[in-house]
Amino acid sequence: MLSFVVEHLPRFLQGALLTVQLAAYSCLMGLCIAVPVALARLSTNRMFRGLSTGYVFFFRGTPLLAQIFLIYYGSGQFRHALDAVGLWSLFRDPWFCALFTLTLNTGAYSSEILRGAIQAVPKGEIEAARSLGLKPLMRLRHVIMPRAIRIGWPAYTNEVVYQIQATSLVSIITIMDITGVARAIGARHFTFYEAFGLAAILYLILVYGFIFMARRVERRLNLHLQPSTGPRSAQGLIR
Amino acid sequence: MPDLQGYGSLLIDGLMMTLGVAIASMIGALILGLAAAAGKLFATRPLRILIDAYTTIVRGVPELVLLLLIYYGLPTLVQDTLGGMGHDVTLTINPFAAGIGTLTLIYAAFACEVYRAAYLAVPPGQREAALALGLSSLITFRKVELPQMMRYALPGLGNVWMVLVKATALISIIQLPELMRNADIAARSTQQPFTFFFMACLLYLGITLVSMWGQGRLETWASRGTTAGAL
Repeated sequence: MLSFVVEHLPRFLQGALLTVQLAAYSCLMGLCIAVPVALARLSTNRMFRGLSTGYVFFFRGTPLLAQIFLIYYGSGQFRHALDAVGLWSLFRDPWFCALFTLTLNTGAYSSEILRGAIQAVPKGEIEAARSLGLKPLMRLRHVIMPRAIRIGWPAYTNEVVYQIQATSLVSIITIMDITGVARAIGARHFTFYEAFGLAAILYLILVYGFIFMARRVERRLNLHLQPSTGPRSAQGLIR
Repeated sequence: MPDLQGYGSLLIDGLMMTLGVAIASMIGALILGLAAAAGKLFATRPLRILIDAYTTIVRGVPELVLLLLIYYGLPTLVQDTLGGMGHDVTLTINPFAAGIGTLTLIYAAFACEVYRAAYLAVPPGQREAALALGLSSLITFRKVELPQMMRYALPGLGNVWMVLVKATALISIIQLPELMRNADIAARSTQQPFTFFFMACLLYLGITLVSMWGQGRLETWASRGTTAGAL
């Protein structure tokens, strides 16, 4: 077991780098999608509301694997059309498809978290901002969003944890992330439990390392509040 | 309606397999999860630490990695161990059992947290009152605590079910002929991947819709006897 780790750890660490990159990029870009989608879900405009609801429902209601296949393999069916607009080279690339799908997926989940958080902002604070004469955009930037981020942060932490784990699916479309490396090494040397065991340990380190950092950020975000009045409520890593 | 070129029945077969695997795993997760929650709440310290370790590990490792670990890793581990002791055996797990086993193991950990939080949400006075009335401990749990606990647990358990249904798609990786696998077969032989994967997505959305409706009904049923808005 030890010789296995010594021999293959460098490749696993390269895989871990890909995993971290995929998770980080998709979460950042997913947030960029989540903000307008959450606002559209809350808007009074019927078209905005309908479109955003459809997007969120589709990406939350279907498996990520199906979405990856739909975009990576499914784009082949539209090859000529994509060729004509010059996008085919993008959709042929597994890295692009993986990042694209992961981004759309986490964008849908994050927008629901943000929507819930915005709705949980106390009415009085918004009314106070109105009576101070803040314009809608200023209200959003200086009053609603800062509060919503604090409310939504614990739930968003869970979403990122889920996203780190979700990146393992990209190994199916030939990307050499942690899982991809484990599958290749396991099949080649017939060392399945060593390979997948080491992969599991690396994911555990990533996930609980991230949770540790997220808790510290959470404490910083809430520094201005009273010290907590009791133990944190039990929350699972489930959305 | 797109032309499915006669592969529609293959998709329906896949849907049935998906539902079968999902329901079997959910039943397993509900039972194992309840046992784990009882252990977390009442068991002795060593057992509690063991259950904590189980839920911590299972929730931190991707489903796909656990599935591959069980499907490929477990047989080779057993073979190597027995081989070291001088027994030569060849062992394989069938994809159906590996899939249900993995999903049960994973979602029992999530269900465990839901049950535990729900149990803690029932005021302790309820139990004390029932015991003071002379009900036995078992009857108290069954007639007083469990019904109230279920009101708190149902939304969380519904969530576990929705995530579990989507996780069944992963079992296609180990060749179980469920919805994704069959859509893949149809996509390859007809050269129309988008059509078939999109149909598969629609079927998953259908399951989600029916589940949401069912969950609403169940929650109404579980909260009968409470005044509206009390919970």
